[in-house]
Amino acid sequence: MRKNRTRLIVLIVLAIVSCALYLFYELNGSYDYALPRRAVKVAAMALTGIAIAYSTVIFQTITHNRILTPSIMGLDSLYILLQTLFVFFLGSMHVTVVNQHVNFVLSVISMIVFALLLYKFLFQAGKRPIYFLLLVGIIVGTFFSSITTFLQVLIDPNEFLRVQDKMFASFNNINGDLVWWAFGIIAIALIIGWRYMEELDVLSLGRDVAINLGVPYDAIVKRMLILSSVLIAVSTALVGPITFFGLIVANLSYQYFNTYKHKILITGAAFMSIIALVGGQWIVERVFSFSTTLSVIINFVGGIYFIYLLLKESRSA
Amino acid sequence: MIQVRNLSKFYGKKAVVEKVSVDIHPQKITSFIGPNGAGKSTLLSMVSRLIDADTGEVMLDQDDVRGMKSNEFAKRVSILKQSNFMNVRLTIRELVSFGRFPHSRGHLTEEDEKHVDQAMEYMDLLDMEDRYLDELSGGQRQRAFIAMVIAQDTDYILLDEPLNNLDMKHSVQIMKILRRLVDDLGKTVVIVLHDINFASVYSDRIVALKDGKVVRDGTTDEIINSEALKEIYDMDIPIKRMNNCNICVYFNS
Repeated sequence: MRKNRTRLIVLIVLAIVSCALYLFYELNGSYDYALPRRAVKVAAMALTGIAIAYSTVIFQTITHNRILTPSIMGLDSLYILLQTLFVFFLGSMHVTVVNQHVNFVLSVISMIVFALLLYKFLFQAGKRPIYFLLLVGIIVGTFFSSITTFLQVLIDPNEFLRVQDKMFASFNNINGDLVWWAFGIIAIALIIGWRYMEELDVLSLGRDVAINLGVPYDAIVKRMLILSSVLIAVSTALVGPITFFGLIVANLSYQYFNTYKHKILITGAAFMSIIALVGGQWIVERVFSFSTTLSVIINFVGGIYFIYLLLKESRSA
Repeated sequence: MIQVRNLSKFYGKKAVVEKVSVDIHPQKITSFIGPNGAGKSTLLSMVSRLIDADTGEVMLDQDDVRGMKSNEFAKRVSILKQSNFMNVRLTIRELVSFGRFPHSRGHLTEEDEKHVDQAMEYMDLLDMEDRYLDELSGGQRQRAFIAMVIAQDTDYILLDEPLNNLDMKHSVQIMKILRRLVDDLGKTVVIVLHDINFASVYSDRIVALKDGKVVRDGTTDEIINSEALKEIYDMDIPIKRMNNCNICVYFNS
């Protein structure tokens, strides 16, 4: 118990150090120009990190599976499809593409509406195992990706560059207002979600035990799915698809803390995300001098870790 | 008393449990017996609200269980299923502490700790409370789960084949503990059993199911006789009296 608290403090200190490093390294006294711009980026990374860590841990608990991420529900694919549709039908100079506020609001609303419709449709059809939901998510996601590819092939190459920008998460040009909007939504989601931490602990014992212990399983699962979708929608609309990242931090957190308590697991995963995103972005900027993007590094490292997890799980099973 | 009235469950068009009405008498051990696929586990799952019944109702001390809040229900009835898969690593103490969740929502009070200690003592687990579940043998794990249910401190305890995969020694140990729960603490135990001799020796009442229907329901003496067993299992089973117990000799019949 105390060991976990020390570990958490270590993570918090590291997170603060990496934020400070990012904010003040080689600032050269540019407090009016560089500092506010860097602060916006750090805030965006912290928000994204927290949202992804939180939604991934919740998602893995309700699906009882540690190598899934919420991206399996097809929200990322929907986001890229939307961006492609905007450019394809309205052109790259249309307000939905150029104006970041409009784009953000449209993306968030359509992703959340899609998720709600999907859950409503699936839960209405009677009690089905959660894997049925995942399967539908995969199929819908693949469907979106296929349409996207089809449209992208038809788009004018210059216009395609515009879409391509949106296909990879990037922290390089984030609008300051949007960070505040995202902060508002994510904060509300976190406050609502915090009340369910103990229920989540029980959910990880499986459906039968959870119901035996008086947790209204189906209702909680539905609420947690919606919560996780809202978080994913907001973070994706803010920086782009990066949910794969959640897999890494969630599993690192399980390994590091070795507890069932979601309060610790989620907090730990959130701070790990901040360290990885802010620290990683610093390396991208200072070491690689922008010659690559953070999401490429994350996908590379995440991919290797994912293969490691698969091998480990298959050996233990 | 739990009163089950006209309870049915259909999978597709096939009725797995069909219009079952049974009374569970308080402060007794009631065994559900019957051949495979008779609907014993399904019935137990419906009574404990793990699955919804298609028709009929379950009354718990005159209250309809459907209207009850999950948390209130969990303070009065507990259920343990046969397989308990989980993907978290827990120590025995952590698992047993979860039994107090309906009472304290994860923030254990001193009284909760007392219940947890008592339950572990009851199941003879105190000397290994910090061991992880995945390091235990099947019998020890089963005891840990039963300890969780005991810590939950409900009047009604429902167990779905708790003796599965246990050797004779641990089976007898668990049945004796259940007997003590009823005799000493006034609990009501409902248990699904496959070995009719355990049912014969330890239970007060027996409910026999077959093809989703109740075929016999009565005291142990009323059920453990060759004529009733013939109806339930389609086997001629002689009964021998040994050490004041009725033993069914079904091995070569």
